Amino acid sequence: MFPRPIEKASPPAKALYKIALPVALIIWLLPLLAVALTSLRSQADILTGNYWGWPTSFNMLENYTAIFENTPIGQYILNSFRVTIPTVIGAVGLSCMTGFALAVYKFKGNLILFFLFVAGNFVPFQILMVPVRDFTVSLGIYNTISGLALFHIAFQTGFCTLFMRNFIKALPFELVEAARVEGVSEIRIFWYVVLPLMKPAIAALSVLIFTFIWNDYFWAMVLTQGADTQPITAGLNSLNGQWVSSWHLVSAGSIVAAMPPVIMFFLMQRHFIAGLTLGAVK
Amino acid sequence: MRDYWRANQQRLAPVLFLLPGLLMFLVYVVVPIFQSVSISFYAWDGLGEKEYVGIANYVELMDDEAFYTSLKNNVIWLVLYMLAIPAGLFVALFLNQNVRGIRIYKSLFFFPFVISQVVVGLVFSWFYDPSYGLFNKILEFFGADPIAILADEDWVTYGIIIAGLWPQTAYCMILYLTGLNAVDSEQIEAARLDNAKGLKLLWYIILPQLRPATFIAMVVTIIGALRSFDLVSIMTNGGPWGSSRVLAFYMYEQAFSEYGFRMGYGAAIAVVLFAIMMIYIASFLYKMYRDERGH
Repeated sequence: MFPRPIEKASPPAKALYKIALPVALIIWLLPLLAVALTSLRSQADILTGNYWGWPTSFNMLENYTAIFENTPIGQYILNSFRVTIPTVIGAVGLSCMTGFALAVYKFKGNLILFFLFVAGNFVPFQILMVPVRDFTVSLGIYNTISGLALFHIAFQTGFCTLFMRNFIKALPFELVEAARVEGVSEIRIFWYVVLPLMKPAIAALSVLIFTFIWNDYFWAMVLTQGADTQPITAGLNSLNGQWVSSWHLVSAGSIVAAMPPVIMFFLMQRHFIAGLTLGAVK
Repeated sequence: MRDYWRANQQRLAPVLFLLPGLLMFLVYVVVPIFQSVSISFYAWDGLGEKEYVGIANYVELMDDEAFYTSLKNNVIWLVLYMLAIPAGLFVALFLNQNVRGIRIYKSLFFFPFVISQVVVGLVFSWFYDPSYGLFNKILEFFGADPIAILADEDWVTYGIIIAGLWPQTAYCMILYLTGLNAVDSEQIEAARLDNAKGLKLLWYIILPQLRPATFIAMVVTIIGALRSFDLVSIMTNGGPWGSSRVLAFYMYEQAFSEYGFRMGYGAAIAVVLFAIMMIYIASFLYKMYRDERGH
């Protein structure tokens, strides 16, 4: 293990490490802690500039109720879910199939197709922006939840295919061969042999894609407008414009917007990290 | 029909499995790239007729001060964003211990990456606030005059990059923590017997084993730097006076300009950004290709 385990260090070093850990964490998360605390402050605190002292009163209920009552933040959150959930299902579903095809079958152009998915996943969004917006308008789904979700499904299929293909490639191929010898059809092999083994990959990708899509801001700005369709990221941006210097409300809104992916992360931490660090170890 | 499928299913199945995903990907990702290149040769407001103008958009770019500002800022982003890699390694080394509760520390350090860049941007705008922000409280504490980072042409880009480094460092940290987990302990013990320790051990024994993690960290950091849009849009909207624009943002601004949409000009900016990105994508693919051949 590197660095040397702290248990083997001298007692003062050990004590120092135990103190350094929480101190470092507080400094690291300071901006966030400040926001959390500010979201509880009263209007009076904000007006008098009491940003860093102890709050004169805790207004958690008032502030959080206020943002839900006076702004469409509830609608924004709902929109985010309505974009994110279909995208997760769509992109993961499609890539189970593409990943399977690219990992199991040898055919001409296999590697080229695979690289196409990988490369497409890295292109700057801006090179897609004008045509995708135009295409979405021509389908009549500009400024709709489905218009945004369809694009996300297509784009995320690139990353998901990379992930799934490598995951299936690492499974023992003998399983597929044995099933073929038994005369099992290819579709049944996919469904009954390979798919059950892909559960960890499906879980990892689902949490990752959930977070990516929830946090997407660019496409939300390009393909939607107005509170009926905009997800929370874009919504927060417009609310920020209305809430000039009402920092307690901005903070409460930010906390609400950050919650779903944070909860997702803590519930599915192992899968999340497994997905994110794919390829970090040989 | 059934017999034909039976006999040829190993050739037909991949087509079947690929078709839906590939079709979506072609329509929404691959084809638009070519369309954008084509649009960049037109003047187009997004509604009316496209008018072919040849390379006029690119010629205009060559003379566009704002384009050079954006390009310069992208270079600054690219260079400074790389700091996330050593910073991430440093944090990972700090946290790679087995004390009680270390797992929760690791997750909390990773926290900034999970939250949206919109929230990160808001948090930092507030951190930099000239009258109340913590940053200026700290300056005040050391007796310095307050600086309105986000309203200062010289500082604004650096201020935004620091906000971006926060989640990016967390990402690199998690990559390195995973890498450190897999480091060969026998090699370390052997090196320790030879009296290697500290930085020397890190440099000669640990880092070579962390190469895959470093590679991924570089890829995601470069892509992240070139994709920077959210933070610029949230924190400054390109200002003051366009001094914090990056190519991704400038493209968006031009295409949806309040003085009329300039889709062609925007597309030309996107093509330039795409060309820069292609250098990295190509080298990434090349490495993947070599790895594939190696198996």
